[in-house]
Amino acid sequence: MKPDAFPPSTAAGVRVVVRGLEKSFRGQQVLRGIDLEVAPGELLVLMGPSGSGKSVFLRHLIGLETPDSGEVLIDGQAPTEDLRSRRRLAMVFQSGGLLNSLTVGQNVGLYLTEHRLATPDEIQRIVKEKLALVRLSPDSARKLPAELSGGMRRRAAIARALTMDPQLILFDEPTAELDPMVALTIGREIVSLNRRTRATTIVVTHDRDLAFGIAHRIAFLADGRIAAAGTPEEMRGCDLPLLREFLAADFSPEPHPTNDA
Amino acid sequence: MFRDLGIMIVLLGRVLAALPRAGRRRRAFAEQLHEIGNASLLMASLLSFFIGGVMSLQAGTVLVERGLGSQLGGLVGLSLCKELAPVMMAILLAGRIGSSMAAELGSMHVYQEVDALRTMNISPVEFLVLPRVLAFTIALPCLVIFANLVGWMGGALVASFNQSVAVPVESFMSNLREMMEMHDILHGLLKALVFGVAVSTVCCHHGLQTRGGPRGVGRSVTKAVTNSIVLILLLDYAITRLLLPFDT
Repeated sequence: MKPDAFPPSTAAGVRVVVRGLEKSFRGQQVLRGIDLEVAPGELLVLMGPSGSGKSVFLRHLIGLETPDSGEVLIDGQAPTEDLRSRRRLAMVFQSGGLLNSLTVGQNVGLYLTEHRLATPDEIQRIVKEKLALVRLSPDSARKLPAELSGGMRRRAAIARALTMDPQLILFDEPTAELDPMVALTIGREIVSLNRRTRATTIVVTHDRDLAFGIAHRIAFLADGRIAAAGTPEEMRGCDLPLLREFLAADFSPEPHPTNDA
Repeated sequence: MFRDLGIMIVLLGRVLAALPRAGRRRRAFAEQLHEIGNASLLMASLLSFFIGGVMSLQAGTVLVERGLGSQLGGLVGLSLCKELAPVMMAILLAGRIGSSMAAELGSMHVYQEVDALRTMNISPVEFLVLPRVLAFTIALPCLVIFANLVGWMGGALVASFNQSVAVPVESFMSNLREMMEMHDILHGLLKALVFGVAVSTVCCHHGLQTRGGPRGVGRSVTKAVTNSIVLILLLDYAITRLLLPFDT
């Protein structure tokens, strides 16, 4: 998965600016003054250990959380409900967030149906088209989310986000709980979507292979702050101890005790 | 507690504000109504039949001893339609339907389905809460009418077949007709309507406020049912007190 060169500034994506973002929950500070800028069309991966505040940060970008202090600006405006509809901001949740009571097809077409943006026939056509984009068969439209595998559910959620024709698309741990092959496919989908749509894409993950495989730029979040940011090459050469530790962490089991004694 | 109450009032306000768009939720409303009917009709029949029967048995023996057996129909009829049917049906629905509403919305919240709706600019109140509150509020008074009829029948049959009461069905029903007035029925239906709004709002509120995974869903369901029952009893007293001047 070799990423493209950085997309041109004529991209359809939005500019994301975050300044001094702080957030606490029940007295525990999760974000401690985040400053970050994402250019239109950029594919930024926000990487960091579990519990570092990555998902909370992402929820601020789409307006699901309100900052205690600091600001989030999408093309110069706060991510309100109004902005979400005008700038078309979409998010693919860690669990997919598909409505279990609706079929996959209904889920994918939900945005269009609810906002009456197309006729039922057009919606059916768009749903098929978006499912094909994420390599799901038209048959899967009739299934319930519970009848799909984890990877297929994640792809259906991406298809749903695509029906919004988003200018900013956020992915929260898109490869969590998926096997390496499916994770690779999802990673490729993200890169391919970013190339095709030119939407600004922010991916939150602790998957190092995914981060270095798809990112134009990586930001490393630790202890509620952006500890380092740069291109994948710059990040590989970064000597920040926390980042080095995170990148070097490996599973090396204790040797089995022998009965030689 | 006051914070919860405030959020519930805001939620109810949003449901009322979304009412003009209720037509768009016809399908979800019909599904909810069907689920409520399916889950509660049999239980409601059993419950009301035996409540009517027990009322007849207990009050009947006392009244017959004092030579007032002919007044039994009115007593059972009034108690059922003004008090027992609305309260018992509301408690039954809180347990059977309110709990499942809280669990369903709680799971949807935990698995980020509610957040997904918000990111698509779809109001969770209009999409999820409105059809549930409407269906519950309409179903409860209907269930109370049904419970009244079954309860009166249960009361009449027990009064007639039990030797220690032995009030004939005709006498029971004739006294019931004589004593009951339209406003007595409306009294019970008004209670059911208020209980319906209150219980469904409480249950949806607790579902949407779920935090902390599957254990959180369990906590929400418990809170939803216990708070609903407490609220039913408090509102029952308040409405009875308010309507007292109109009853005399």
